[in-house]
Amino acid sequence: MAKTRSLRDSFSERGIEALSIVGLIVVWQLAAGAVNETLLLPSFFQVLAAFSNSWQSILWEDLPTSLLHFFIGMAAGLLVALPVGMSMGWFRMVDKALDPIVEILRPIPPLVWIPFAIVWFGLSHEAAGFIIFMGAVFPILISTYVGFRNLPRVYVESAKVLGATKDIDLVRYVAIPFALPSIAGGVRIAMGIAWMCLAAAEMFGVSTSGLGYRIWSYYYLHQMDYVLLYMIVLGMLGLIIDRSFRYVVEEKMLKWQAGLTQ
Amino acid sequence: MAIIEVKDVFKLFLADGKEMEALHDINLSIRENEFICFIGPSGCGKTTLLRIIAGLENPTSGAVYLHGEPIKGPGPERGMVFQEYSLFPWRTVLDNVAFGPELKGTPKEERIAKSRQYLKMVGLERFESRYPHELSGGMKQRVAIARALVNDPLALLMDEPFGALDAQTRNTMQSELLRIWGEDKKTVIFVTHSVDEAIYLADRIVIMSARPGRIKDVIDVAFPRPRNRTSPEVNRIRDRILCDLGTEIACIPRS
Ligand SMILES: Nc1ncnc2c1ncn2[C@@H]1O[C@H](COP(=O)(O)OP(=O)(O)OP(=O)(O)O)[C@@H](O)[C@H]1O
Ligand SMILES: [Mg+2]
Repeated sequence: MAKTRSLRDSFSERGIEALSIVGLIVVWQLAAGAVNETLLLPSFFQVLAAFSNSWQSILWEDLPTSLLHFFIGMAAGLLVALPVGMSMGWFRMVDKALDPIVEILRPIPPLVWIPFAIVWFGLSHEAAGFIIFMGAVFPILISTYVGFRNLPRVYVESAKVLGATKDIDLVRYVAIPFALPSIAGGVRIAMGIAWMCLAAAEMFGVSTSGLGYRIWSYYYLHQMDYVLLYMIVLGMLGLIIDRSFRYVVEEKMLKWQAGLTQ
Repeated sequence: MAIIEVKDVFKLFLADGKEMEALHDINLSIRENEFICFIGPSGCGKTTLLRIIAGLENPTSGAVYLHGEPIKGPGPERGMVFQEYSLFPWRTVLDNVAFGPELKGTPKEERIAKSRQYLKMVGLERFESRYPHELSGGMKQRVAIARALVNDPLALLMDEPFGALDAQTRNTMQSELLRIWGEDKKTVIFVTHSVDEAIYLADRIVIMSARPGRIKDVIDVAFPRPRNRTSPEVNRIRDRILCDLGTEIACIPRS
């Protein structure tokens, strides 16, 4: 449907979106005025002031730190999940061998790894990255596995009669391209979970810097305007990461899928 | 001269713990550049036989030989067009056709030129940058034919490639296939349900019967092409095939 929407409709939709955000801010400001207690509900302008005081440290310290944690966790997650998921999806023996391990580890909530993360890695970027890794690895692994498992036999056989008789060629030319939409969906879910894990890991002491860490330290100082500011920054960043991923992957890489879904 | 030799092929499938004989004692010699059709009721083992020739399935006993060498697995010298749509949905039409050359390591420019040439042969050069989901059923099968032919196979195996098409498109596709076959001489093994299709296309028609799948009769069709679909000679052969297939109520015993 998105394709046939006219320019005017899209303009008026943008208008409605903007209006609803402005409305939220107005209601928030009025509510904060009524509460009149910064500890319970800082107002929009207080948060704005907090931002103008701290945007430099957000931009140059907290943001790079959190993105580093995110990158470590996601990179490790992809590095482990893609090969393991592919091997499990392609080789029945690997599936049989690893499935019980995956099924035992997967239901453990990622955040309960925090004590071990600290014991193993100390209060380091790696420790935060490890928690994020634990959150990201299974969605990617499962979606890769499922993508490989759903591969229709006729594509494999077509490739075989066209000369792709080695496993490596079949995986590279058939299984991976077919599974890519499923993998991309898994990565997207993983990034959402990773972002939650990042905030929590930084808050609960795996790290001494980052956006999540700031939320907790400002909470100790009872500076709730800063707490709220960092919450909003985390939300916005999560949104930006998700949107850019969707744009790059779904619009550019997976164009062939357009006619198959919906 | 025989290009493909099917010798004493039996195929058993295990279904619900019971053995089911899909092919029983198949012997067949396929000549070079011959257009041969397999016809028979659903479940008589046409697809199974074709898949064994393709190397996608192993016979339970017996063997298939290509130029005297036993077939051990699939290979690009035996192209196949499947009963169901089999184009890679993530590749454009051109990239689908270029798949075989790409695997062989043909340089990019060369494989694109070659693929374009075959797309032109099936009349789809204008659709090269489309994705398969943007094509009609008949167009998809034509791309699949081009994709198989670009590998320059010795034999082209086709499993009811036009089965899903309407009668009109089907007739056009049959003429197109014969034109391509005339240009680019190949051995074609073509599976069909349709007696008319077999008579229009084939040099030789192999009639199979079910449970177990056996070869019941082999009929030479010697008419020159392009063939008339309704001449008295064609009708006589049609009667004989229908009689073999057991769909005719009163069978005139043949001499
Ligand atoms: N992988 C399999 N496992 C078990 N049975 C099978 C398998 N493949 C085919 N069969 C059985 O073998 C018999 C022959 O199947 P085949 O697909 O070759 O028939 P066909 O002549 O191509 O039929 P149709 O005209 O409907 O395509 C059928 O009874 C089918 O159920
Ligand atoms: Mg069949």
